[in-house]
Amino acid sequence: MICIRLPARHMAAILTAFSVTMATSQPLLAANGPMVKIENFAFTPPVLTVKPGTTVTFTNDDDIPHLVVANDASFRSKALDTGDSYEFTFTKAGDFAYFCGLHPHMQGKITVAP
Amino acid sequence: MTHHHDEDNGDGISRRHALECMIWAGTGVLWTISGGVPVSLNLLGAAQAAEAMSTGFTFLQISDSHIGFDKAANPHAIDTLKEAMGKIQALPQKPAFMIHTGDITHLSKPAQFDNAAQIIGGAGFDVHYVPGEHDLIDDGNGQAYLERYGKGTKGAGWYSFDQNGVHFVALVNVVNLKAGGLGNLGAEQLAWLADDLKAVSASTPVVVFAHIPLWAVYPEWGWGTDDAAQALGLLKRFGSVTVLNGHIHQIMQKVEGNVTFHTARSTAFPQPAPGTAAAPGPMTVPAGRLRGLLGTSRVTVSQGTHDLAIVDTTLAQA
Repeated sequence: MICIRLPARHMAAILTAFSVTMATSQPLLAANGPMVKIENFAFTPPVLTVKPGTTVTFTNDDDIPHLVVANDASFRSKALDTGDSYEFTFTKAGDFAYFCGLHPHMQGKITVAP
Repeated sequence: MTHHHDEDNGDGISRRHALECMIWAGTGVLWTISGGVPVSLNLLGAAQAAEAMSTGFTFLQISDSHIGFDKAANPHAIDTLKEAMGKIQALPQKPAFMIHTGDITHLSKPAQFDNAAQIIGGAGFDVHYVPGEHDLIDDGNGQAYLERYGKGTKGAGWYSFDQNGVHFVALVNVVNLKAGGLGNLGAEQLAWLADDLKAVSASTPVVVFAHIPLWAVYPEWGWGTDDAAQALGLLKRFGSVTVLNGHIHQIMQKVEGNVTFHTARSTAFPQPAPGTAAAPGPMTVPAGRLRGLLGTSRVTVSQGTHDLAIVDTTLAQA
């Protein structure tokens, strides 16, 4: 995590600009939204925190298929071949642990918090 | 250590001591494993192995053909399977049958199953299959595999059969995998196994085959089976148990008591040795080295002695 201290007036300007951007943009498209990359038999980042209603995209960059499965079975992708993606929209708050249905030692977690 | 004097095989040597696994590695070196210690044999050993080949009954293991795989590690997995089958057909002593220890296809697509069936079936051998995790990722979560290979099997595709006095058990450890876990046999299959083995005498050699290794090769990469210990517990009373697996695309071997474990090479692509790479994915090697890392395994059962000789042959060998 990078933390940059800015003078208060700069921060105010940035926050204003950010608010304007948020107000004028469309609801977050999955392509621009948070991503979990599957690479070297691992989910990156292993833990991702998002707000309710966020669509998370899982993309497989390995030469081997992977399959994203929630521990509580609330979501399950098809087998993702190299370059394939799977999107899931997290509506409820909570911790959603998941694993690879083909290589179950691969594990990750999506934390959904307001 | 327990000695099974009651299982003398006629020449004064207990079965435990007669149980030797001779492995002729890709380089032509012959190994014998006795009491868990691998010992390299000289030419006399090779001659003994040759004799076993000529008098015993032989079956052939093929594994991890990954039909449909076309990435850098081997853009032509279909061609290397054809080469492997060509070598099997050219063997001077025909195997009695073949086993395929899973990952027949890369993505469980109908065309991939069709190609594999055509190439493997074209050799004319009976082939006994078990699925790998790559064979169960059709939209029906394994229906495609069971429709083709599930006839006469139980559950997710497990079964047993007897051939030339050897009891063969085909297990499935690639379904209902649990978060954070390894390969999985499950309670239903273990109960079936206990029942299946009831009628088999302790002096019958048993060969167990499944996709993921039934011993902890490298759990960090998922190379093991969570409830394998329960299956091996059921096999303890047998004098000769040989466990044949695939999944890890390289030869690994271990002897524990009366159980010999052996994994076969893939015919598609090699994978790194445990812990030597960031991940267990396909390993790309210079093109000239690929065929030296792919291959098949031939297993000979010598009647009377219960020795199982395992000869691994690479595609690079003549």
